[in-house]
Amino acid sequence: MMWKTATFSGWGRLPYGTCEAARPERLSQLRAAMTGGGAGTVIARGLGRSYGDCAVNEGGRLVLTERLDRLVSFDATTGEVVVEAGISLRSLLDIFLPRGFIVPVCPGSAFVTVGGAIANDVHGKNHEKDGAFAAHVGWFELMLPDGEIVRVSRESDAALFDATVGGIGLTGIIVTACLRLTRVPSNALIVRERPVPDLDALLAKLHEEASATYSVAWFDALAGGGGLGRGIVETATVSPTSIQIKPRKARSLPITPPSLVLNPLSVRAFNALYRARMPSNGRESLRGYDKFLFPLDSLRGWNRMYGKPGFRQFQSIVPAAALVPLLERIRASRAGSFLAVLKAMGPAGTGMLAFPMAGYAVALDFPNRPGVVELLGDLERITLEHGGRVYLAKDSCLSAQGFAAMYPRLPEFQDVLERVDPKRRLGSTMSRRLGIRGGAP
Amino acid sequence: MTMSRWLILGATSPIAREFARVAAASGADIVLAGRDMEDMERSAADIRARSERAVSVVEFDALDMAAHEAFVRRFDEGGEGSVGVFVAFGFMPSQAEIDATPELGAHVINANFTGAASVLLWLKPVLEKRKGVVVVLGSVAGDRGRASNYTYGSAKAGLHTFLQGLRIVLGRSGVRVINIKPGFIDTGMSWGNVKDGPLMAEPRALAERALKLADGKGEGESYFPWFWFVIMTIIKSVPYKIFRKLPI
Repeated sequence: MMWKTATFSGWGRLPYGTCEAARPERLSQLRAAMTGGGAGTVIARGLGRSYGDCAVNEGGRLVLTERLDRLVSFDATTGEVVVEAGISLRSLLDIFLPRGFIVPVCPGSAFVTVGGAIANDVHGKNHEKDGAFAAHVGWFELMLPDGEIVRVSRESDAALFDATVGGIGLTGIIVTACLRLTRVPSNALIVRERPVPDLDALLAKLHEEASATYSVAWFDALAGGGGLGRGIVETATVSPTSIQIKPRKARSLPITPPSLVLNPLSVRAFNALYRARMPSNGRESLRGYDKFLFPLDSLRGWNRMYGKPGFRQFQSIVPAAALVPLLERIRASRAGSFLAVLKAMGPAGTGMLAFPMAGYAVALDFPNRPGVVELLGDLERITLEHGGRVYLAKDSCLSAQGFAAMYPRLPEFQDVLERVDPKRRLGSTMSRRLGIRGGAP
Repeated sequence: MTMSRWLILGATSPIAREFARVAAASGADIVLAGRDMEDMERSAADIRARSERAVSVVEFDALDMAAHEAFVRRFDEGGEGSVGVFVAFGFMPSQAEIDATPELGAHVINANFTGAASVLLWLKPVLEKRKGVVVVLGSVAGDRGRASNYTYGSAKAGLHTFLQGLRIVLGRSGVRVINIKPGFIDTGMSWGNVKDGPLMAEPRALAERALKLADGKGEGESYFPWFWFVIMTIIKSVPYKIFRKLPI
């Protein structure tokens, strides 16, 4: 049976309606899923780590790509690897880290597909140094709505390439991709952690450590006043020597706890403990890539922690001037969960709807409770007032007007869609919510 | 003991694909056999990039039994050392589809039973000569005829019985025959037919289990995951008068 009716949501577990889903195991089945049957629109879905509704398609069809996960070729002299786009970064790292290569850009979870990494132009803790994911992609094969597969590179069709990068699947289904892995001397990183008392110290420390390959700051979203932006700055550089790494034992959250388990009191206690384990002058240690890059992957299904109502994540990039109003509004809500993340970002890439651009990225989760939509509306307004933008891979409630203002290349993107998908066969719950194809959302 | 070469029959199935990966990682060369050459070439490239083992692709159709002899001869001439045979092909339309199209019934029985018996009979002398192991995917459906799946189940039951005899014969030459009876595996075969839930197992886990059994010392029948032993013991022991009323 090719199609099954099921409900899907994003990683935030918000309730969405049902759709028809296919999970092709061969190229011929992928083509059949793209072109065949059913009313409504179609959109690709990888491992479902986008938080909101960009890989959800209520009343339409989803094509799950995870079973098309094979390597096509690998060149050990250049690090160039061609893969079917359903392969996860987890698999790539398992195969290639022992051979001395790292995926050049890793988001906070390795359980994402290469296709998803391109379609959301994901970034990592090394954005300032290495750019976003698509910067390392030479070309990809894209299946258009009529089933035709075209090979797209910056040279062959720059507009289609730049529309697909960050284009949340609206140009077609990425079938294969060519990316360049980075050679590394070891399986480990030298990680430095430094506690910082406030936002100024946090930003200063991030700049001071600008020579590090990876950098990220965790801040306490509940701390206010003089302690606003209090947190820990973590940086990492490549270690020349490897370490012994015990095989991962994945634990998973056994039950979905009641949603009240996360409250300002428990979060405050967690944040205090997180800082207390750190000596006041910081510490330095050798860590495997996994432990540094994907701290949350060790607890499978952690997204169930927010209970049945699910959660919403907010992530935006703003200039430094917007950080105080943004963090103040978050603190005042007392709704922020656990440690929030702040990263310094490098210049934007070429993707028309790609998220990364110069500035500071702020990300944190909010349990899905009354008032959170209003809060996110305020954060959207603050972000927009300062010329920032919200990350579509995380978003579940941006307004269509806010989206259009944050992504000024939208008309250019729409022109490409008119060319490759004139019959409007591709679409998602998000594309309708944000009115990406124009007209009524 | 690791095999020198694995012949994987029905190589386009997701279970076979995962099995080829783990078998290559264990140090064996791989022969992928099936109908979809384009798809198998992609799987072959995948294994070469992962493991640097020799991988070849051969056309094989379980239903084209006249071609089995030549197929086995070519395989026999294609390499040296011990041989593992993994039988992964199968075809499972719903009983409702078979009822609507009765000619589908013979097709189901041939694809799951006759074709498998045929190719194994041709492979028998090769195995006796080269030594090795046979791993076949049976099914819990073969344990008892049920209203919802009896045509497919009967083909698997035939296969189970065939393997019981083959095990004795090949055992005389030191070749082990392993019959794994999987429950619900999360593949295209179950997609949309079986509800997701705690009974559903991943193809990768089954592949790893199959290789572990093959490279070990045991033989015989085993369920996968193990708890199907409990479920099937209960299902087999329910009295007919009650069983016929169950919605399974």
